[in-house]
Amino acid sequence: MSIYTRLLRRLATTAIIAALPFGASAAEKTLTIYTYESFISEWGPGAKVAEAFEKTCGCDVNYVGVADGVELLTRLKLEGDQSKADIVLGLDTNLVAEAKATGFFAPHGLDTAALKVPGGFSDDAFVPYDYGHFAVIYDTETLKNPPRSLKELVEGDPSQKIVIEDPRTSTPGLGLLLWVKSVYGDEAAAAWAKLKDRVLTVTPGWSEAYGLFTKGEAPMVLSYTTSPAYHMVAENTERYQAAPFSEGHYIQIEVAGVTKNAKEPEVAKKFLAFMTSPEFQSIIPTTNWMMPVAATKDPLPDAFGKLVNPQKTFLMSSEEVAANRKAWIDEWLAAMSEN
Amino acid sequence: MSGAAERRMTIAAGAFSLGGILLFVALAIIALLAQSGGGDNGAPFDAYVWRVSRFTLLQAILSTILSILFAVPVARALARQTSFPGRIWLLRLMALPLGLPALVAALGLIQVWGRQGFLNTILVAIGLNDPISIYGLFGILLAHVFFNMPLAARLMLAGIERIPGEYWRTVANLGMPSIAIFRFIEWPAIRGLLPGIAGLIFMLCATSFTLVLTLGGGPAASTIEVAIYQALRFDFDPPRAIALSALQIALTGALLLVLKILAPPPLEGETTGKAMRRFDGVSGRSRLADGLWLILALVFVGLPFAAIAYSGLQADLPRLARDAAVHHAFATSTTIALLSAAISVGATAVMIRAQQITSRRRQAGAAARGFAGTISASTSLVLLVPPVVLGAGWFLLLRPFGDVARFAPAVVTAINALMALPFVYRVLAPAMATHAARTDRLAASLGIAGFHRLRWIDWPPLRKPVLMAFSFAMALSLGDLGAVALFGSQDMTTLPWLLYSRMGSYRTADAAGLALLLGLICLVLTVLGTAGENGRREGRDV
Repeated sequence: MSIYTRLLRRLATTAIIAALPFGASAAEKTLTIYTYESFISEWGPGAKVAEAFEKTCGCDVNYVGVADGVELLTRLKLEGDQSKADIVLGLDTNLVAEAKATGFFAPHGLDTAALKVPGGFSDDAFVPYDYGHFAVIYDTETLKNPPRSLKELVEGDPSQKIVIEDPRTSTPGLGLLLWVKSVYGDEAAAAWAKLKDRVLTVTPGWSEAYGLFTKGEAPMVLSYTTSPAYHMVAENTERYQAAPFSEGHYIQIEVAGVTKNAKEPEVAKKFLAFMTSPEFQSIIPTTNWMMPVAATKDPLPDAFGKLVNPQKTFLMSSEEVAANRKAWIDEWLAAMSEN
Repeated sequence: MSGAAERRMTIAAGAFSLGGILLFVALAIIALLAQSGGGDNGAPFDAYVWRVSRFTLLQAILSTILSILFAVPVARALARQTSFPGRIWLLRLMALPLGLPALVAALGLIQVWGRQGFLNTILVAIGLNDPISIYGLFGILLAHVFFNMPLAARLMLAGIERIPGEYWRTVANLGMPSIAIFRFIEWPAIRGLLPGIAGLIFMLCATSFTLVLTLGGGPAASTIEVAIYQALRFDFDPPRAIALSALQIALTGALLLVLKILAPPPLEGETTGKAMRRFDGVSGRSRLADGLWLILALVFVGLPFAAIAYSGLQADLPRLARDAAVHHAFATSTTIALLSAAISVGATAVMIRAQQITSRRRQAGAAARGFAGTISASTSLVLLVPPVVLGAGWFLLLRPFGDVARFAPAVVTAINALMALPFVYRVLAPAMATHAARTDRLAASLGIAGFHRLRWIDWPPLRKPVLMAFSFAMALSLGDLGAVALFGSQDMTTLPWLLYSRMGSYRTADAAGLALLLGLICLVLTVLGTAGENGRREGRDV
């Protein structure tokens, strides 16, 4: 057989294979999921989730990925009623009130009582699929006495710096703002004014902050309790650890919901149920680097057993956050801008 | 084709380009305003906005002044010392910062100037306890000078090199001292360019966002751009975002106007176009001074790149080189960069020519003056319209036509072409003005027009600035994170986007590797951009 016939044959096979999904999808339903980009990136859970769900639903999963959870909400607001989303996956609890105010979401009708989410989140439109606690991550090589409480962080040695994120532009930044507010209440402004001397800089997003931290610019950074799991599992190092705080930690819960205009509401609801199944939950920990909300098929990797498990969880209702966010950010700005 | 018909066509093409630009921006803003349902956070201009505006102006003015003060001696040294080894590589290095995403530049600068950086390590080693702190106004200025001094120096150098060669012979005959040469020959050439250069740098610094926040040390250092981003993202308040953009444009527009009034355009000297060698700058003292400035510039601009390269080499480069996602991002980025640069250079060249033709007529009417003025203004101010506003607006406009993700490449290309306009204009406009002054009448009297004129009269002397503009525009587009975030197109992964994505999922080493790759691509581009340049500027320099 000449090289040309082989090439032709290969081309023909490719063409047939390429044509196949078209034939099949005509009969099948398509589930469109809006999510954030890292969910569907190479290492994200997206591909595995789609593969597992497609086996059971007789449908095609189609992802649309935007930058992050906040961008997800912006996109929905821009699209309004004409959104093609059946499912929106990746909002966090702070965005829930605003998301519901748009009126785009339908009740899920699932019983979520069995889910293990610290802080006890439940909502008629949104189902949680993973969570993580905010935490101060420190470099064990340069910081021997990490703070053991938020109070120690605030009042500790100002020469031991921390990099934090800006609540005006990033979710972890907003998380820390709410954490401090939960612990200090009306004293929050004073706490920020004190913490200010310890803050090396305030970055627009998590990536910049974590980049500065791993470059060694500061021995501490605001991130998640799950961050050390990545370093342990993927890099095999225990150098970066989370500092357990005695007051407790603020939580970030990621949720998904079905839109009112969903073309495939039944499939979409099936997906929400699938989301809390062991199948889906097993994918989350080592791809999204967050904690599962329900049982997984296999035990979690050892590294997850070594993570900080907060004794107390802070969570404000998203209505409270939505109502006060502007005032609290102004308070933060004033305290952090003082000289 | 007759000369008159050609002029009419050029004017029409210029008007078409200008109309396209204005329409592109206006449509986005109208769409966004029409859409805005929610968001009534009271008066857009509260105390916060004024505070932020004050800081924006302060840091941008200081950054501009410092960049220019540093650029003048560097440009002069480069112009005088025409034959040292590696001159061309220094020129290429100076075009590199443009192509760096802000995050990469910030990390590179921090590896040099940061708490654990190269410099502080040395300072601590020699016994200093209190190292330099980059975080604060100092860091912001440092980063802005790093980005803009090389740009300013390149533009000034091009200006000095346009000085008619005859001047240098006269200078040598008169035995003018170096200070007089600067005062009577070089400074006037630079001064004519200053409003344009200063305006460009000011706009880049005023709209700076990631650098200001990351290196600023706290929210006291925030720019209007941060407020715009905040308004459009967290608050979803498009009217406020647009009001803030308008404020940004008004503040900068006023400043540009002042600059323009202060500095009149330069007069074009007559020349036969023959290249002449400079005879000055050969004394020991001037060589020493020039050498010091050049070494300072080399170290200042080069060290952060060395740091970026060093980090990049630690990455698993062979794996990245085989990574299909990297190939894809590479292809996407270079295609978009190529297209947007071509559009930008083409549209700008046509607009400049149309501007020249309309304003040179004996009685340039109000319409012609308005046309020329609108071109200058729009090529300047377009940088101030935040890409997030354009992206969101075009998202709304394109939504009725099907899956928006399909349009993402076109929108990004258009936005990148738009953002490159001010750079391209500043490279091309002075060069084309000089060229027109030298050749227009002669070409007209000889009846050379159309393609022949383009090929034999225009291209040879304009090749250098066109290539430079092209490489600037491409580098700019390569480093742009883009306003695609909203479009959610999985096929539209550019290199900076991939870099941020890896960084955002803990893959710091991969991100460093990609930063190195971006730097290398930009280097290749600047090699192309300096193709018209001889390392030693001797012999035929058409």
